[in-house]
Amino acid sequence: MPSDERSEMLNFLGLDNVEELFSDIPAPFRTNGLKLRSGLSEMEVVSHVRSLLGRNRNCSEMKCFLGSGIYDIFIPSVVGQVLSRSELYTAYTPYQAEFSQGLLQLIFEYQSLMSELTQMDAVNASMYDGSTALAEAATMCRRIREGGTFVIPMALAPWKKSVLRNYLKGLSINLVEYGFDRKTGHFKLDEAVSHAKKDACGVYAEMPNIFGLYDEPVLDLKEALGDVPLVVGVNPASLASVKPPGEYGADIVIGEGQSLGIGMNTGGPLLGVFACRKEHVRKMPGRIVGATVDADGKRAFCLTLQAREQHIRRSRATSNICTNETLLSVAASVYLSSLGSSGLADVARKTESVRSIAMRELNGVNYNVLFDGPGYNEFTIQTKKEPARLMAELVEHGIIGGLPLGEFIPELGNASVWAVNERMRENDIVELKNVLDVVA
Amino acid sequence: MRFSQAIWDEPLLDEIKHDELFGFDRKVPAAEKAIPKGRLERKSLNIPVISERYLMQHYVNLSQMSYSVDNGPHLLGSCTMKYNPKVAEYLSSFEGASRVHPLQPASTIQGSLQLMYELERMLAAISGMDAVTLQPAGGAQGEFTGMLVTKAYFDERGEKRDRILIPDSAHGTNPASAAMAGYEVVELPSKDGMVDVALLEKVVDERVAAFMLTNPNTLGLFEERVGEIASVLHSKGSLLYYDGANMNAIMGKTNPGLMGFDIVHFNLHKTFATPHGGGGPGAGPVGVKSFLEKYLPVPRIVRDGGNYALDYNRPLSIGKVHSFMGNFAVLLRAYIYILMNGADGLEQNSEKAVLNSNYLMKKISGSYDIPYKKLKKHEFVASADRLKSGRGITALDIAKRLMDFGVHPPTIYFPLIVSEALMIEPTENLSKQTLDMLAGLFCSIAAEEPELLHSAPHSTPVRRVNEVKAARELIFRWQDFRR
Repeated sequence: MPSDERSEMLNFLGLDNVEELFSDIPAPFRTNGLKLRSGLSEMEVVSHVRSLLGRNRNCSEMKCFLGSGIYDIFIPSVVGQVLSRSELYTAYTPYQAEFSQGLLQLIFEYQSLMSELTQMDAVNASMYDGSTALAEAATMCRRIREGGTFVIPMALAPWKKSVLRNYLKGLSINLVEYGFDRKTGHFKLDEAVSHAKKDACGVYAEMPNIFGLYDEPVLDLKEALGDVPLVVGVNPASLASVKPPGEYGADIVIGEGQSLGIGMNTGGPLLGVFACRKEHVRKMPGRIVGATVDADGKRAFCLTLQAREQHIRRSRATSNICTNETLLSVAASVYLSSLGSSGLADVARKTESVRSIAMRELNGVNYNVLFDGPGYNEFTIQTKKEPARLMAELVEHGIIGGLPLGEFIPELGNASVWAVNERMRENDIVELKNVLDVVA
Repeated sequence: MRFSQAIWDEPLLDEIKHDELFGFDRKVPAAEKAIPKGRLERKSLNIPVISERYLMQHYVNLSQMSYSVDNGPHLLGSCTMKYNPKVAEYLSSFEGASRVHPLQPASTIQGSLQLMYELERMLAAISGMDAVTLQPAGGAQGEFTGMLVTKAYFDERGEKRDRILIPDSAHGTNPASAAMAGYEVVELPSKDGMVDVALLEKVVDERVAAFMLTNPNTLGLFEERVGEIASVLHSKGSLLYYDGANMNAIMGKTNPGLMGFDIVHFNLHKTFATPHGGGGPGAGPVGVKSFLEKYLPVPRIVRDGGNYALDYNRPLSIGKVHSFMGNFAVLLRAYIYILMNGADGLEQNSEKAVLNSNYLMKKISGSYDIPYKKLKKHEFVASADRLKSGRGITALDIAKRLMDFGVHPPTIYFPLIVSEALMIEPTENLSKQTLDMLAGLFCSIAAEEPELLHSAPHSTPVRRVNEVKAARELIFRWQDFRR
């Protein structure tokens, strides 16, 4: 039964019924409705989804030692409060600058905060996640420098490698890998440099690396590379403690920004951090906000350098990205400003010190810590037991164990990479040790 | 309706001076330094320290200087700016959604996996496709994934196809995504706003991997000859790709599977009402016909009785396009939206979206040229061409003036094949009362003094913004002001 509103509108159009609006769809392509169940009330949906989500075991009921870019961090309440402002989360992309000044200023502030954290000149409004940020950095290197290879660590998260491969398929760039020292977990950067000298358009290094180690020689890498662009992957939260890549010559800095106040959400949405030196900014992918003035000379903000983007440049755009993760860059901005320099330093110190405690304590008859040295979040444990089996058994004890490395770094055998975060206390490590002493 | 946005002279974060903190400002316990002294150590960090009291003021004031779906109508063509039901926000805040790590063992994320599995099946039913991946994080990434699947398909068959055909009315992401996947993009001129099928027949050969098509297209026209188009492509072994940005026009009435498309992407932040977030996050799942399923990204979610598992063992898969399984919290919201609407609700949405579009088009057709004047689907394109030649009023002027009345302007200067284009998509959510108000506004603006329009907007916190200066000076951070 059509509403009065519908009938009046159909009348105005001179139509008898709504089906006439679809008379341009040829009969062979017409369907008779959708093969879905009929709609549920809000009450029913809440009950259904609540019970579905209840089938997950979340990290408030389990102790989670998984990391690898995603961490069970503490998120101050103010972050959620700001994000729930519907003027922000239901807003469109701020192409119309005049009545989007609030949102544009928020993105500008994100760019400024991230610039301070990384010590890079220009930060874009976000990429999808850390992996696509890396992949887009590799393609950007090719716009900076000719070269048929992109040099990466062999010990790199498999999802990053896979996304990278896909983004390079269109460019005939080959990936060349450099190894790591199996005793120390530090990367063989001399190998990276010698690969770079042979036709590379860029080199990628991580600080901290996949094992959670700060790789000190990375600080000297750019000097050895000369004109070859250096891409550094960071955990932005660690930059409250460790030297930022802008201070050791990085051309592009990327990272997974989830650790800046964003929920884990079964892995998405995430925040792809992307920063570069000013000289490269016209080669950058993604949206960026610039400061300017309005017709009265008053400070104002707008999206700028749009001629790089797909809606203007089409097939010659620097990237196809349109929808990005803007709301999460706002989250990161609120997180950073709510903690301030001192709060961020506290988070970093706590994370690093719990990591040290864990590395000291987690040595038993059937397991031990590999690779000593300062770092962030992660550390590596070698177990007698096969790590995937161990992980399954630990679930029974309310523990989500570390990520098995053997599948993608076979020479590490039964190693797995574990992560701590600033929520954890010494006691959590002791409890883990007690369980590992029995189970591992 | 007269509108005035809040005007706060809101400082940048680093301009807020208030260093007195309170108990509620301590977010985490103090901790001792652990990194050893030396080269690795960061020497200084200059993130503003501001009491939460002033932070909240800052953010609330800035939010009041933003305009959103919850404020008023958004007419953005091809963007489908629907209302975002609040129950989805409520449910996505549960720890069962938000505090789940993507690498947890499958046995501990059965809820997330079941939800995603069911969403895949729902999207398959809506689109007439056989298999769906939820991994792409946005529409453009969905297109890119579709291009990679296309490549993988022809690689396996040993066919070297290096071209993608795209109509000149296509969204900008189409050519960008095809080029990123390494294809040569060939743009096809439209005829009467639609695909020139005779021309298509001439250009499709064994070099063409796929044709990317939006149906209804960006002019709001349903490509009635889509059956012939599919035959032309398939007879040469090429694939037909469906850009799902405009899917809100057709739900329950037809579907891309039936029309002969092989690959489809969805924009969950459009058709399925997940919030735009000021530019993101979104989600761009991809559906394919069964012969392409083996190429979809890993992991695939598989069901074994009542249990769900992640299957990485797909040797022909393209691999990954996202770190994990996609934007789960966005997928969750779309799942909720589909459940609440159900079959009838989604179909009614498409009906009302198309009704609203045609109604508004007819209402403003006295003041604006409507190229290709006939039945439209969920969106239509008006042209300010005559206003420009007659009185010097441009599409940009009209867009800027609409803001003075609290209306988000349409997409302008797109599609490129219409001069002074205003691309208008009201969505199903706007009432007749709102549409009548909008129609009156469009018509009265067209009759206003050109000077008033050139200097619009007048009631926003800032006047017309100098975008040229921004592109010249390249100030991306507050540090650049302080030097």
